[in-house]
Amino acid sequence: MTTYIIRRLLLVPVLLVGVTLLIFIMLQTISPIERTALYVRDIPKNDKAIDGIIKLYGFDKPWYVQYWRWLVGRVDATTGVRKGGILFGDFGYSRTSSQPVEELIKNRFPNTLDLTIWAVGPVIMVGIWMGVQTAVHQNGFIDQAGRIFSIIGTSFPTFVFGLLMILIFYATLHWLPPGRLSDNFSQVVDSDSFHHYTYLLTFDSILNGRFDIFWDAIKHMLLPILTLSYISWATFLRVTRGSMLETLRMEYVTTARAKGLAERDVINKHARPNAMLPVVTLAGFQVVLLLGGVVITESVFNYPGIGAAAARAAVNLDVITVLGFALFDGFILIIANLIVDVLYAFVDPRVRLS
Amino acid sequence: MAQVTTIPTGNNDLLQEAAPTRHIGTIERFVGPENYRILTGLLKTPASIVGLSLIIFYAAIALAAPMLAPPKATGDPFQIPRDGFSSAPKPPGTVWTRNAPAIPFWYKAVTGKDKWVHLFGTSEGQYDIFYAMIWGTRTAFKTGLVVTFTTLLIGVIIGSVSAYYGGIVDNLIMRVVDIFLILPSILAALILAAVLTPKIGKSLIPTMTALIAFGWMGYSRIIRGDILSVKERDYVMAARVIGVKDSRILFRHILPNAIFPTLILASLAIGDVVLSFAALSFLGIGTAVGYADWGQILSFARNWITSLNTYWWIIVWPGLTLVLFVLGWNLLGDALRDVLDPRMRGKI
Repeated sequence: MTTYIIRRLLLVPVLLVGVTLLIFIMLQTISPIERTALYVRDIPKNDKAIDGIIKLYGFDKPWYVQYWRWLVGRVDATTGVRKGGILFGDFGYSRTSSQPVEELIKNRFPNTLDLTIWAVGPVIMVGIWMGVQTAVHQNGFIDQAGRIFSIIGTSFPTFVFGLLMILIFYATLHWLPPGRLSDNFSQVVDSDSFHHYTYLLTFDSILNGRFDIFWDAIKHMLLPILTLSYISWATFLRVTRGSMLETLRMEYVTTARAKGLAERDVINKHARPNAMLPVVTLAGFQVVLLLGGVVITESVFNYPGIGAAAARAAVNLDVITVLGFALFDGFILIIANLIVDVLYAFVDPRVRLS
Repeated sequence: MAQVTTIPTGNNDLLQEAAPTRHIGTIERFVGPENYRILTGLLKTPASIVGLSLIIFYAAIALAAPMLAPPKATGDPFQIPRDGFSSAPKPPGTVWTRNAPAIPFWYKAVTGKDKWVHLFGTSEGQYDIFYAMIWGTRTAFKTGLVVTFTTLLIGVIIGSVSAYYGGIVDNLIMRVVDIFLILPSILAALILAAVLTPKIGKSLIPTMTALIAFGWMGYSRIIRGDILSVKERDYVMAARVIGVKDSRILFRHILPNAIFPTLILASLAIGDVVLSFAALSFLGIGTAVGYADWGQILSFARNWITSLNTYWWIIVWPGLTLVLFVLGWNLLGDALRDVLDPRMRGKI
């Protein structure tokens, strides 16, 4: 297993260089004047100032010099101040939202993380439960219903399902509003009396003892969670069902039945744990996807996460900001994927013992 | 030395048994028995037949678009005609007042009315939803076919080169595939489309290019796996022994024997491509405002989410169109999964 983990670790630098190069190439499509946003706030007023900046930050140099400069930034010789440098967390200045890109990410990412934490449970648990049920009742009524449910789930585009949810639960029933918080509560959260311990709204509100804010935050997240769940349940159902059916055909399951074990124990204790391996991979993959910001779901519900922010920047054609999000997402996903793969190595005996 | 010769005896019973007892048609002869099984398997379950019918229905709509919703005599037919410029959507059945296109020939016979109405209502900015849905079908097939074909071509070339040469080439190419797979496809496409739009301008091209650039990796992985197994066959070895060039072995001997499952998979991915395209269009990336595509007509609903209960038609009709389209492809895809699953062999 050590070799597996070492090989997996060696892949990380390759992926990092690859993803930064990919984004750097995309960056080259915009003019040097727009690229100045990597280092300075405003577009320079006259040609002379532009030339000065192009010279200063080396936009006239060969691509590998520019790439290196983009990675580590430029340290001013006299003041020692570093400008730019994505490796140091300086992603440039977002001219459409009037703040540094990393600032924008810092404001938005906790919301995405919050949503991920609350969505993971329903998405994975319910999906697996449905998969097991359909496999156990193969070709029965539950199985057929599950099949219809899952094919409809995969056919519903996220945004159509999201709009439908809004039509039902917000516009008609007035139960679950879109957005992040009700206005009066967001004022409380922005005020100084509200302490941000974790920057995750649901946890902060509990730590501050404001259960009304907690409930309001959850209410705003229910529709996105439901949308994300419904779309992924279909996949979980399919994978769990397939894997479970395969396991139920194994001889040790027949043995367990022959010993006279209760069917419940056969399924829960003997079959299910062994059927979970492919599902674990899928679950890890799903968490990673959620963490990367779910562009469409967040946009439909006006949920202020990084996915919606990236979409807005893309619509405004703010390339620097969009690529900043891409970089951040790339970094996060590389790390998250690494964690998932290593965890998987511990779970799967075939990898663990090799 | 006495020569040993084996003379065939007259008993051909075994040969007789091996000969097929059923009729083998031209198609089966052409595509081969295994591929023929896949093709027919696609048409055996009720679900897949419903799926195929849905797709044929949509294809018919796309072909008949100028008859179902005649465009204005001048200008781009893909531009949705507007009945004025006021903001609030109008309900289905509202009469066209301004800027009405020609009435289709079937309209009077079917409805018995003289005035051309907005059959499915109008969306924000008085864009006619019926027109957008009909011509959006053409956009869907256009984008779906072009993107799928191009991604398939790129994926197959890269994947087969990778599998055939193996070793360091294979390793290098597969790492590039890993890099392209880091970002979720919809986000990656969103980013690339946003980068390309200022260069190319608002049209179908930036989004399609983005979907192609981040869509080929799956195909190269699949074809790579299939080629790796075909590569070991004796006839490939035979070709190599008689000195056939690498490229000829790859493209004439290996690829034709490995490509069929990938081809089918790709043709069913059209639904997914259309879905991604509509999603990006819904977010506001891609075509100019007023271009007939399903994602765009749904995006007009985003400013009305507080009053969707009044203006339900702005999401229900376009939403249903999109769902049924994707459903058609998914039903076929589901049947395909069963056909390709070795455990199901002989059952369908």
